[in-house]
Amino acid sequence: MADKIALIDGIEVKIDNEPNLLELIRKAKIDLPTFCYHSEISVAGACRMCMVEVEGQGIVPSCSTRVFDGMKVKTNTKQLRDMRKMIVELMLASHDQSCTTCPKSGTCKLQRIAKQMGIVKVRFKQRTEFPEPDMSSCSIYRDSAKCVLCGDCVRVCKEIQSVGVLDFANRGADAKVAPYFNKGIGEVECVNCGQCIKVCPVGALIPRYQTNEVWNALLDTDKHVVVQIAPAVRVAIGEYFGFKPGELTTGQMVAALRRLGFDKVYDTSFAADFTVIEEGKEFLDRFAKGEKLPQFTSCCPAWVKYAEQYYPDLLGNLSSCKSPQQMFGSLSKELLSKDLGMPRENIIVVSIMPCTAKKFESQRPEHSVDGNPDVDFVLTTQELSVMIKERGIKFSELDPEEFDMPFGFKSGAGVIFGSSGGVSEAVLRFAAASLVKGVKLEFTQLRALQGVKTTEVKLGDLKLRLAVVSGLANAKRLIEKVRKGEEHYDLIEVMACCGGCVNGGGQPVSEKKSAVTDRAMGLYKTDSQLEYHSSEENPYLQKIYADELTEELAHKLFHTKYKNRRRITSDELALSSKHDEAPISISICLGSSCFARGAQELYSQLAQYVRDKGIESNINFTASFCTEQCSKGPAVKINDKYLYHCTFEKAVEEIEKILSKVPA
Amino acid sequence: MEDIITAKFDKVCEILDKHERNPHHLIPILQEMQEEYSYLPEEIMTYVSTALGIPPSSVYGVATFYSHFTLEPKGKYLIRICDGTACHVKKSEDILKALEKKLGLGKNKKTTDDGLFTLETVACLGACSLAPAVVINGEVHGLMTPDKTMEIINEIRKQEGVENV
Repeated sequence: MADKIALIDGIEVKIDNEPNLLELIRKAKIDLPTFCYHSEISVAGACRMCMVEVEGQGIVPSCSTRVFDGMKVKTNTKQLRDMRKMIVELMLASHDQSCTTCPKSGTCKLQRIAKQMGIVKVRFKQRTEFPEPDMSSCSIYRDSAKCVLCGDCVRVCKEIQSVGVLDFANRGADAKVAPYFNKGIGEVECVNCGQCIKVCPVGALIPRYQTNEVWNALLDTDKHVVVQIAPAVRVAIGEYFGFKPGELTTGQMVAALRRLGFDKVYDTSFAADFTVIEEGKEFLDRFAKGEKLPQFTSCCPAWVKYAEQYYPDLLGNLSSCKSPQQMFGSLSKELLSKDLGMPRENIIVVSIMPCTAKKFESQRPEHSVDGNPDVDFVLTTQELSVMIKERGIKFSELDPEEFDMPFGFKSGAGVIFGSSGGVSEAVLRFAAASLVKGVKLEFTQLRALQGVKTTEVKLGDLKLRLAVVSGLANAKRLIEKVRKGEEHYDLIEVMACCGGCVNGGGQPVSEKKSAVTDRAMGLYKTDSQLEYHSSEENPYLQKIYADELTEELAHKLFHTKYKNRRRITSDELALSSKHDEAPISISICLGSSCFARGAQELYSQLAQYVRDKGIESNINFTASFCTEQCSKGPAVKINDKYLYHCTFEKAVEEIEKILSKVPA
Repeated sequence: MEDIITAKFDKVCEILDKHERNPHHLIPILQEMQEEYSYLPEEIMTYVSTALGIPPSSVYGVATFYSHFTLEPKGKYLIRICDGTACHVKKSEDILKALEKKLGLGKNKKTTDDGLFTLETVACLGACSLAPAVVINGEVHGLMTPDKTMEIINEIRKQEGVENV
C-alpha cells in the first residue's frame, strides 16, 4: 500500500500514526507554538496558537484536527501570523508583566513565544489590577495574575490525578481558573503533587519557595545544617546547567551543596535502605499472616494524602513506614544530636526533593518532636538550581565530590526509589534475600514507563503478586478493580506522578519527550555501578541497627500513623432553625465516606422521628461535611458524644436518654 | 410559628434521589436546589458534589458559568430589568441607573442590606411590545419610566413597613 502523504507548506510529509495534525507538523520540524497542548492529557483547543489553514476546511486548530491522506496545510500565511500575534498580544495585555521578579522568567512559555512571534509592542491597553497570589499551601504558590487560561492545570489534575482541585469559574472576561468557591489551594483537596506546576506555561503555578529560610539557616553560625538529597534530584538538576536529562551529576551536586555552606551532605537513599528493611519486614509479616493485604507503599506523600481523603477504609493497608525523607529526618536528628552533643533545635535538616508534596509531608505534626520538625526545610530541585545560581557557582565546571559518611552510604536499592517500580524492586530484592538464601534476583519487569505494571514473582515456595501504578487516576482505577475482586495483589506500589519521582512536580520541565525515561535510566545505571544492590547489605545500616537501635526506638523513628482527612474546609449547615434553649444538638456528618455508608438515609429517618415525636423545639439539627472519622462512619454527634457506625436505633437511644433527664 | 424541621434539606435529598444521584443531571439538580433556597449555598453545593461524586470545583464552575445561578441569597423582591434590544433602545438603562441610585446598588452589589430587593438585568423577557419592561417577583410592569419604577418601590417599602430614605 502506498504511503499516506500530507503536504505541509508545500513539503511532502509521510503520515504515520499521528493522533492529530499538530504532531504531524512538529514531525515536519516546524515548531508551532502552543500553550494548551500536552500529549498526555486531553486536547482542549483552547489557546488557538496552533491554527493552520487546511485546504477545504479553512482555518482550524491543528491540535484537534485529524490527518488524512492528501491533505494540504499552510502554517505560515499572513492571516495566520497576524492571528497568532494578536492572541499573544491580548494575553500580554491582561497578564501581570512583572517578568523581572517572576520565578518563571527564563523558562516561561509566554515570554518565549512572544519573542518567537517577534512581538515588540502590545497594541492593547494593559490591565493594571490583579488579584493577590494564593499563599494558603505550603507546597504550591498560585498567582492567578499570571494565568493565561490554557486549562492545562485543570486537565492534569482531573485526568491524570483524578483529584480536580481546579476548574474554570465564571465566564467571558471574568473567566478564571479557581478552586471551589475561590478557596485557597491549601484549603481544598489538593494533594500537593505539583503536576499542575509542570504543565503551567507561565508563572501562575510554581513551588512554594523556602530558599530564604534555608539561606538564613546556612548563615546562622550556631546551627549545624545538614542536607539530604533524594535519588531523583541527581539525574535532573544538571538540566538547569546544560546537562541532558538522566546525565549523572551527583558529584557536582554534592560539591555545589558544600559551597552553599551545608555542614554535611547526605543521601536520602541511605534512609531508603532503612525503608526497604522496615517495609519489607512488615510485608513479609503481613504476607505470612495473610492480613492487611494488599500492602500499599507509603513513600509518596501525595498518594498518602489522597488515600487519607478518598480511601479511609484502606489506611490500614498502607505500610506504616515513614517515607525515606522522614526516616532520614528522625534518624539523623536522633543520632546527630547525640554524636555532636547538640540540642535537636540546633540541627537543621534540609531536604532536596523532586517533589512539592514533600514540603507538606515535612510539616505534618506527627513528624516532629515537641514542635521541632524532623525535617526543617524542603527544597525542590528547581529551588536548589536557583540557590546555586544565586551563589554564582559554576555547576558544570565543578570537580565531583563524595557524600559524607555514614548517612551518605547506600545500596543501589535505595537509589532506584526515585523511579516508578523502584520501591517494589528494592523490597523484592530484600524479600528474595530473606527467603531464598544466596540468590540474587533482578526484577527488571517493573522498570518500564507505564502507568500500571503487574507481575507475579516466585520466591522459593511463595508466589507474590505485585502491581506498580503511577498517576493517581491509574491508582484509582486499579483500586476499584481490587475492591470488586477482579484483581488480586499482595503488594501495590503507588506513586502520584507518572513515572515516579523522576517526574515530580519540583523537577525541571523538559521539552524532551524521553526525559522521564532518561532520568530513570540514570538511576538504574547508578544502581548497577554501586557495590551493594540489596538494602540489608549496607554495612552502615547494619551497624546502626546493631549499635543504636532497639526495636522500640526503630519503631518510634521509622513508623507513623495516618488520619482520615477532610477534602475541603467547610462550615456546618443548619438543618433546623436555631433554638437557643434546646437541650439536644445533633450534628450528622454528610462527608463522602459517611454519605457512602448511608448518612443521607439515616438523616431522613432521624428527621422523621423528630417530627413524629413533636420534639422539634428541643433539637438543634446541623450537618457537617466531614468530621475526619471516615473509617467509623456514619458519624453522628449528639451533644458532646460521638456515635460511630451510627444506626437509627443508636441515635434514638441517645436522644431518649437525654430527653428523659429534661424536665417536661 | 411551629418549626418545621429541615423541610428544605428533605427536599435536597429528594431532588438528589429523584435524579438517581446522576452527575449528568448536575444542571437540573442545581436549578431545583436554587428553587428551594433561592440561591446556591456553599454547603449545599458541597453536598451535591459529594452525592454526585464529582469534584466540588466542577460544581462551582457550572454554578458560576450560568447567569441563572446565584451564589448569594436574593432579596424578598427580585427586580429584573429587561435590557434586550427593544428595551435598551427605549432607555431601560435610565431605569437601571435610577434604581441603583435609590437602592444603593451597583455592579458588585446586587442585593440591599435589608434583604428586601435584588436588582438584575436580563437579556430579553420577550415582552418587547411593552418596552421598557421591569419584572418584580414574576409580575411584568410594561412601558416603564424611572419615576413609575420609583413609585412601585415606594409602594413595596410602605407595605413592608420600611421607611423611605
